[in-house]
Amino acid sequence: MTFRQKHLLGISGLHPDEIRTILDLADAHADRNRAGTPHEQVLAGLTQVNMFFENSTRTQASFEIAGKRLGANVMNMAMQASSIKKGETLIDTALTLNAMRPDLLVVRHPHSGAVRLLAEKVNCAVLNAGDGRHEHPTQALLDALTIRREKGRLHRLTIAICGDIAHSRVARSNIHLLGKMGNRIRLIGPPTLIPPGAAEWGVEVFDDMAEGLKGADVVMMLRLQKERMDGAFIPSEREYYHRFGLDAEKLAHAKPDAIVMHPGPMNRGVEIDGTLADDINRSVIQEQVEMGVAVRMAAMELLARNRADAPPEVWA
Amino acid sequence: MSLLFTNARLIDPEADTDGLGWLLVEKGRVSGTGTGTPPPKGKTIDCAGRCLAPGIVDIGVKVSEPGERHKESFRSAGQAAAAGGVTTMVTRPDTLPAIDNPETLEFVTRRAREVSPVRVLPMSALTKGRQGREMVEIGFMLDAGAAAFTDCDNVITDNRVASRCFTYARGLGALVIGHVQDPCLSRGAVATSGRFASLLGLPSVSPMAERIGLDRDLALVEMTGVRYHADQITTARALPRLERAKAAGLDVSAGIGIHHLTLNELDVGDYRTFFKLKPPLRSEGDRMAMAEAVATGLIDVISSMHTPQDEESKRLPFEEAASGAVALETLLPAALRLYHAGTLSLPQLFRAMSLNPARRLGLETGRLSVGAPADLVLFDPDAPFVLDRFKLRSKSKNTPFDGARMQGKVLGTWVGGKPVFGERKRK
Repeated sequence: MTFRQKHLLGISGLHPDEIRTILDLADAHADRNRAGTPHEQVLAGLTQVNMFFENSTRTQASFEIAGKRLGANVMNMAMQASSIKKGETLIDTALTLNAMRPDLLVVRHPHSGAVRLLAEKVNCAVLNAGDGRHEHPTQALLDALTIRREKGRLHRLTIAICGDIAHSRVARSNIHLLGKMGNRIRLIGPPTLIPPGAAEWGVEVFDDMAEGLKGADVVMMLRLQKERMDGAFIPSEREYYHRFGLDAEKLAHAKPDAIVMHPGPMNRGVEIDGTLADDINRSVIQEQVEMGVAVRMAAMELLARNRADAPPEVWA
Repeated sequence: MSLLFTNARLIDPEADTDGLGWLLVEKGRVSGTGTGTPPPKGKTIDCAGRCLAPGIVDIGVKVSEPGERHKESFRSAGQAAAAGGVTTMVTRPDTLPAIDNPETLEFVTRRAREVSPVRVLPMSALTKGRQGREMVEIGFMLDAGAAAFTDCDNVITDNRVASRCFTYARGLGALVIGHVQDPCLSRGAVATSGRFASLLGLPSVSPMAERIGLDRDLALVEMTGVRYHADQITTARALPRLERAKAAGLDVSAGIGIHHLTLNELDVGDYRTFFKLKPPLRSEGDRMAMAEAVATGLIDVISSMHTPQDEESKRLPFEEAASGAVALETLLPAALRLYHAGTLSLPQLFRAMSLNPARRLGLETGRLSVGAPADLVLFDPDAPFVLDRFKLRSKSKNTPFDGARMQGKVLGTWVGGKPVFGERKRK
């Protein structure tokens, strides 16, 4: 077993072997999920708390199901409605919760770095479920697992990440992960949505879909994050769709067997054509959601094994 | 009542010299300096080859009085200044409420006189409440002792208001200090845009915001003829504009905070909020260009930009945390990093920390020449130490140098010939 982390705060701190360890375990969980075989209750007796300081339906549900499948006691805290509104600071909230002795803490926060700050103040394992525009590690892991299962490998692929890179933590985690595993990464989007300095990340940057998609094995679309935009980044949604929305015509520039991914929720007709999104021959969007549960199960299982009070590992 | 320093390494920024000699203080002023045998007079301090330099004149110190005395008071700031070799604090008006009327200025002056061991020169806001709408009573404020006029980091966005303030200030010969960061580009930004900030996912501002801000202010200076000082120039892109303005004969000077000369954007690391400053830390290329600009004299003044913040306002996610760092006590050892790195000589450092700010404010201090007030700092430039932030005299402990290895210890500080800090090693 090569996974030595206490928390899962991001992809940037992980070794490729650690990534492989998570993916291998998740792969097994995915098969069992699909077959309906019951799981070993490795999280039985442990308490998992989901703290979401930002709205989420999909990710929160995915973490909840993942925990329950492995036997954890799962509690959801809607932080927007709670003490934060009463003026309590993030650290005080963390300390209060820590005193209740949870084992796994799943946190989403609108500010970059906030999950790390919280992790410094608690004893339990912390999973980053998205912090600001920084990282969303489980999303990158589930994307990686989906790609590995579809393409049979996770290296020497050309992967195009398209759209709102600037506001996307999904893009950042994916760039870390896919880069570490040895893939060729392209970023495609209007210059206003490409973060400054991105060209120095070891990726290729394009502002033309046809050119950027040429020969791609994987086309990863991102949601236009209208809620994170504080001004005009694009002139209109229809112009955006015309230039950067993925449809069959633009996809024709990629490899014939290229797969289409989207982290959801989708804006149909803004960044992706609805028919294409539903095309089971090209789109793996539903599989991504499925892999999400498996990856989160694996991540929580590995962190639970590494927790300080876990029974020592027996080497046979 | 005389005081003789012997065996001192005299750092004279005016003469640009650095050499052994003696210095005699009589009636609170320097009455003679020289090499060789000193005159046999009164109390003698053997400096044992340590450096004796004019005390630091620090433009832009935030003392959180009135309003936030739990962060810093005139007593604690004054003690920190004395321990750091700062003999004159030129304080900022961005208090709660802002120092924008003669009565508040009078309060500040009185508090400073009562409890601060070092000299305090308060600055006034330029507009009421630092709101950028109506100018303060510049004449009355000057009469009450305002050293300069600034709205600090609130930029006057309305050019009509700014031009009238500048014009009126010109009429009275007042010095105006501007914050040259374009406010629209800077809105919400907590880092300098580039590879690093983008990876951290922090809202960032292009370094070009500084040049845009400086360009505007320089145009207004050209239009109005006001005496102008840019509080912090931190990016290489802004330097040619500054150089051109000086060459064209505009009455312009520029400063920089010590942290922008000694740290860069990478020091933020994993969202360390003690490194959150305004403007944000820049690239290493910019830092080096700034050090060079201080060496050539294009940038005139080094300040501490001392900004106390309590623990609560820093223990937050990076975007929400307060900006600024305390620096009165760390200004000298941090600046000495540039000396030890071979970037700046000691006379060059004290030209930027003592002589130039004093000149810009029309003060007699900041020099070692005969007749100047005996505001002095005696220090060992080599003495190593590891900084422990909880040993700082400031009430707030928000220094980015916590745990840092530094060199340079202040051994004694004198204001007007009177000791305000030091272990009394006298013969």
